[in-house]
Parts: sequence; structure tokens; C-alpha cells
Amino acid sequence: MFGRLTLAAIPTGEPIALGAALAVLAVVLATLAWLTWRGAWPYLWREWITSVDHKRIGIMYCALGLVMLLRGFSDALMMRTHLALTVGGGSGYLPPDHYNQIFSAHGVIMIFFVAMPFVVGLMNFVTPLQLGGRDVAFPVLNSVSFWLTAAGALLVNLSLGIGNFERAGWLPYPPLSETTYSPDVGVDYWAWSLQIAGVGTLMSGVNLLATILKTRARGMRYTRMPMFCWTALAANLLIVAAFPILTATIAMLTLDRMAGFHFFTNDAGGNPMMFVNLVWAWGHPEVYILILPCFGIFSEVVPTFSRKPLFGYRSMVAATMAICVLSFMVWLHHFFTMGAGANINAVFGVLSMIIAVPTGVKVFNWLFTMYGGKVEFSVPMLWSLAFMSTFVIGGMTGVLLAIPPVDFVVHNSQFLVAHFHNVIIGGVLFGVFAGVNYWFPKAFGFMLDERLGKAAFWCWVVGFYLAFMPLYALGLMGMTRRLNVAYMPQWGPWTLVAAVGALVIFAGILLMLAQLYVSIRRRAALRAGDDPWDARTLEWAASSPPPAWNFDRLPVVACLDELWARKTGARKETPLWLDDKPFHMPRNSAIGVALAAAATFFGFAMVWRIDWLAIAAALAALTAVIGFAARRNLEVAVAPNEKAPA
Amino acid sequence: MTATVPLDDSDQLAGTGFEVHSDEGAAPREEVVGFGFWVFLLSDIVIFASFFAAYAVLRNSTAGGADSRALFSLGNVALETLCLLLSSYACALAHVALARRAAAAFLIGLAATFALGALFLTLEIREFADFLARGATPQSSAFLSAFFALVGLHGAHISAGLIWLAGLAALFVLQGSGARYGSRFFCFALYWHALDLVWIGIFTVVYLMGVLP
Repeated sequence: MFGRLTLAAIPTGEPIALGAALAVLAVVLATLAWLTWRGAWPYLWREWITSVDHKRIGIMYCALGLVMLLRGFSDALMMRTHLALTVGGGSGYLPPDHYNQIFSAHGVIMIFFVAMPFVVGLMNFVTPLQLGGRDVAFPVLNSVSFWLTAAGALLVNLSLGIGNFERAGWLPYPPLSETTYSPDVGVDYWAWSLQIAGVGTLMSGVNLLATILKTRARGMRYTRMPMFCWTALAANLLIVAAFPILTATIAMLTLDRMAGFHFFTNDAGGNPMMFVNLVWAWGHPEVYILILPCFGIFSEVVPTFSRKPLFGYRSMVAATMAICVLSFMVWLHHFFTMGAGANINAVFGVLSMIIAVPTGVKVFNWLFTMYGGKVEFSVPMLWSLAFMSTFVIGGMTGVLLAIPPVDFVVHNSQFLVAHFHNVIIGGVLFGVFAGVNYWFPKAFGFMLDERLGKAAFWCWVVGFYLAFMPLYALGLMGMTRRLNVAYMPQWGPWTLVAAVGALVIFAGILLMLAQLYVSIRRRAALRAGDDPWDARTLEWAASSPPPAWNFDRLPVVACLDELWARKTGARKETPLWLDDKPFHMPRNSAIGVALAAAATFFGFAMVWRIDWLAIAAALAALTAVIGFAARRNLEVAVAPNEKAPA
Repeated sequence: MTATVPLDDSDQLAGTGFEVHSDEGAAPREEVVGFGFWVFLLSDIVIFASFFAAYAVLRNSTAGGADSRALFSLGNVALETLCLLLSSYACALAHVALARRAAAAFLIGLAATFALGALFLTLEIREFADFLARGATPQSSAFLSAFFALVGLHGAHISAGLIWLAGLAALFVLQGSGARYGSRFFCFALYWHALDLVWIGIFTVVYLMGVLP
């Protein structure tokens, strides 16, 4: 009846896992009860859950990222404190089996359900506004994308209380992840949650690509596109080209596990290294999918707070597209030790180092943008400055790792852990925080509290250096990654410092939550105008928050930094807006949340092999799609008021 | 300070510094839909490419079992190819009929597309059943895993296409050709032709290279 699912799936024998599951359950139930008590459901259903407004969807992506950041960070805090307790011969408090699940879940959650939602969310929110459009190309599809991502996140969290998560790392390499060595549901949870979320991401990539290439404002040529849109274009090209590889790879692993195929098995001619090749053919572009939009954010923030146009716009575009192409040519540096031979390793090593060139171009462009400018140390600018110094360190250790002989020494050590946290926290996360602080007033019409924002910033930056610089040293001292005991006496002090760093970051996260809470409470006093930062691009020409259709009258674009040119009167011509004819906006749709519900049940049924539930969920999804296709009233006419935002 | 310009009159922009060259603002809805679907198809082809790559890596990993030369019969594959290409041709004819608003011809074209696609699928299932009966199961070697996955993925796409086609036919009968029907059928036609392209890859890489010395 319930496939592999029995009462034994509830981890009653593991007090920590059970406690965590119950705590999450309690928080979720309390939130649901509170929302019901406040009578918020009709509002949420109408304005958010069924919304197809790209701004609402972008905000929901970011909210998902924030919630999952708390989950992923709890894992990090547990690992760091556990390791600290093993210094001097202790055994810590996490059983090895649970520790393995935690480091796997931490990586999966942080990449797929924190970094990705934040980055996709910001692209969703900002891109159509910057392009001077009314929405993304396919607003309903956008809602489906978001809800599928949320369904994937839900599945990962279900593994906390029903069954277990996988223990084979964030990319579970075969043969360890095959049924021979991982017979339980952990890897299946990984496969199905990422498959569902990955489909959402892929559709979001198609959507944003069509948006950027086909729905720009009149007069916005490619050379007039804001830098963030360029980086979003590059990132979404990468999504469309790379995510299908992940989909295929997960499908192959799933066939191995569920149907006894031999893609990656040890026996019958299977090839485990093929998984590693395929997964990194997706995985390396993925890191640029995350970082390129953040480069775009810095390229908006730095000129705004330096009161200067971006230095070297065209070289920035060229560098972005160069990174976009190069990102597909370096995947093998993730496994130099595979033994592909010296020549192949040398080629991939050199190509990897070449990526440092366009990245260096970007860093110098940001520096020269500030040079001679009137730099204002606002919160988004602080994050940008911290990024520049931190990311350069991470980039240089990356170049070091790209040298195959060096890689053979520090491969899979704490040095690697330090490197990728250095670029992902120092690059992606700092970029996301800069972006959230920068665009928050546009999204909600009031500013984020600056004092708490700066306090959170300093905790994060100091905490980051304390937590991760010691790992470089530990890696060079021979401590491997994923180790659950710091058993060498020399490792002790560094491990303790890293734990202190994690606690300081924890303070930073608490301060961020406080910043959000205080800002919402004081929103009347923090009210922001349409253009609170005196910025340069078109999103700041819309009202704060913008109406569902963004602009009452669509702008006509004549140059780069269009808004700046209009404000400063740099051009003599009159700023132009298109006539305010009535237009159509898509109606709300429940298809996204309906498909996500069906996908969650389908994924759950596949994990536990509950055949009837899988069939029922697939039929429900099909019915929903057919019902949606037969719908006739797709749009609602809007006649904006006479006043143009000027 | 603001002036307005009618949407469709670019003459008024001449000499103002706001001349719009090649780009005229957001593209028409049909064009955006068609473009988006192209991009989606390209991503779908990347999925196929991954399975092609896996097949190329594993095609000689027969684990002592049947290899491609022992299994494949080009006669059956030729018949399958014929069905698929004719189905695509029928789909194109239906497309023309739709453009000419010839409802009966359109529905006949859809029926022919469907029948030929279903015939292709039958032939493929028969081939698979034959392999399985001879003990050549996807569980027996990495070569056969990759073969069944790649060719089966194409077959699954054809099946999904048939369901989509039935839905489009039902929609046409029930609601007629509404405002968005044209771009919906355009997307289906793109999809159906793209599956031909993939099949040509399968025909070459899997079957021809599998039997030729």
C-alpha cells in the first residue's frame, strides 16, 4: 500500500534528527495557525500564491532563499560546533551517519535552495523593470517555475522527519550513491527534489531569456542594456544550456537505482566517472549562473554609490560573455585526480586560469568606477567593497587549485572547502545581500534599517574571515573535507577559531532578521521615494512599489543609464514615454501551485515507491494542464491613469 | 516635461535623437511564444545530447552480452524512419491547412500525423519487446542501458507528442481556432519536427554506426 514507507521511517532512534524535525514541524504549524488566525489566507492566495506578477514571484523566491538559509546555516552551525567539541579527543555530539547527512544536506540546500532562489528571484524582480517592460515573457510559466522550486525545497525538508537524507555529499558520486552502497531513500530524496526544482529553474531560464531578448523597451539596444540585464542574459543562457545536463544525469542515476540500469555501476560495464563528468558539465556553469548576476548587482551598486557611470561598460559586457563561454570548458578541473593524463589536465588547468582574466577585468572596472567618484558607504556599497577584497582572495586560491600538481596535494581537503566558500559566500551571498538592500525600497516602498544592516554586515564579514581563513591552513596541514573528527592536535586551534567564526556569522544572521523586523515595524518612518538612492537605471523610474504592470506609460530609451540622463538633463531632448493606450495583463493562475502540489506528491511517491500515488499525482498534473489550456479568459484589460511617472 | 509618441508611428521620432533603429520595443506575442519554445526545444536537445554522450561512452560496454550488430535490424529502422518523416510531412500539411482556415483538411492532417506517429511507436515497442524476449534487457549491460534510455527517451517524447496532439485536436473541435490556437499549433509543429532531427541522430549514431563495420 505505501511502498517502502513504514512507521520505521520516522527517526525515533535519533534524538537530534527527531528534535530538528519536530522543531521545524512546530514552526510550520505555528506559522500556518497564525496566518489562519489573522485571516490572511484569502489575501495570500489572491496577492501572492496565485500571483503571476514577476515582482511578487521574485520576492517569494527571495523569501524561500531566506528561510532555507536558516535551515542550511543550522546544518553549518551543527558541523562547526561538533568539530570544535572533537578538539582534544572529544567525540562531539553528532553520530557519523547523521554528520554525513548534514554535510550533504548543507551543500544541497545552500546551492539549490538558498543561492539559486535568491539569484533567480533578484533576476525575476529586476530584469523586466530595468528593461522597461510590463512583465516577463511568460508570466504564468514564471509562477510554475517558482512553485516547482518550492516543491523541491519541501521534499528536501520532508527527508528530515520521514526517512533520511543522503550521505554521499552534495553531488552524490556513484558507485557510493548506487543502491549497492546507498540502498535507503536518501539519494532518492536528492534525485527527485533536484529533478523537480531543476525543471522549475530550466523554465525560469527559458522565460528570462525570452524576456531579455524579446521584450525590451523601445530603443533599448543591447548596448543600452543595464549591466545587470547583461549578466542575467549570460546566466540564463547558461541555465538553458547546462540544467538539461543535470536533468539527464539525475535521470540516469534514477534509472540505475529504480530500474537496475548500468549507467554508473561498477558492474556490467557501467562507468561511475561518467557521472562525475556529466554532473560537472552542469556544475561548473552552475557556479557562473550564481556569480554572474551578482557581478551584475555590483555593476549597478558601484556606479550608483560612486555617482559615476560604470567604467568600461563594453569591456564588462565582453568579460561577462567570455566567462559565459569559458565556463563550459573547464569542468574537468573538479577531478584532476581522475587520471585523465597530464596533457588533458594541463589543458583544463590553463583554461581554468584564463577565466581569471575576464574576472580581473571586472574587478578593475569596479575599482576604476570608484576612482575619482564620490563614494557613499551605504549598506549595498559596503557589501560590494567586502566582495571585491574577499572575492579576489577566493579567486586567487582558485587559480592555485587550477594548477594540477597543486590540486593533487590539496584535492578534497579543507583548502578546497575554504576556496569555494570564499567565492560563494564572498561572491554570491555578498552580492545577494547587496542586491536585497539595494532593491528592497523598490519592492516594498520603504528602506531597510541602515544601522542594523551595517551591524549585520560587519558580523558577516568578520565571521566569514574567522570561519574560513583557518580552513586554508587546515587544508594545507592535511585535514580532508567531510571529516567528522579534528583528531590531530595541530588542527585544534584553527578548528576552534572556525567555530567562533560560525558563531559570529550567526550573530550576523540574527541581526539581518532584526533588520527586517525593525524595518517593517518602522516602515512609516522609513518610507522611500521612487528613487531613494539617486540611481541610474529604469527600475527607479517606476513607483515604489510599482504597479503590477510596472509602468503606466512605457519608457523610450535613448542611451545607457537612461534615467540618469533624464534626471541630469545630460541630453537636451525631452524624455519620451509611449502613449498610455489600454493594455492587457495576465490573470492570476493557480496552475503553478497546483502543479507544485502534484509534483511534491509525485516525488514523494517515487522516493517511497508508492505506485498508485505516483500515477494519481501524474494524472492530477495532466488534468491541471489540460484545464489550464482550455481556459479562455486569460487576460484582464488595464487602463492606467493619465499621470505618467516622470 | 513629458511628451508622448504613438506606438506605431516612428516618423515622429525622426530627428529627436530618439530614432529607433532595428528594435521596436517588445516583440508581438506570437513571436515571443515561438522564440521561447525554440529555446525550450534547444534545452530539450541538450538532454538528448547528454544521453547521446552516455551512449557513445557505453556503446561497447556490452559486458559479454549481445552487441549492436547482433541486435539491430535496419529494415525495421527504415520503416520507423519512414513513418516518422511522413508524420512530420502530414503535420506540415495540417499547418498549411490551418493557415488557410480549412478545418476539415486540418483535422485530416492531424489524424494522419497521429496515425503515423502511433505506427512509429508500435514498431518501436515491437522492437523493444523483441530485444527483451531475446534476453537483451536494459539491466543486462551498460550498452543496453544507454540504448534503451536514449531510444526510449525519444519514444517517450513521441508519446507525449501524441497526447498533446490529441489535446490540440479536441481543443479545435470544441473551441475552434481561437486567438492563440495558431501559436499553440506552431509550437507543436516545432516540437514534432525537432523529434525528427533527434531521430536522424539516433538513426545515424545508434543504428547505422551500430551495424556498419
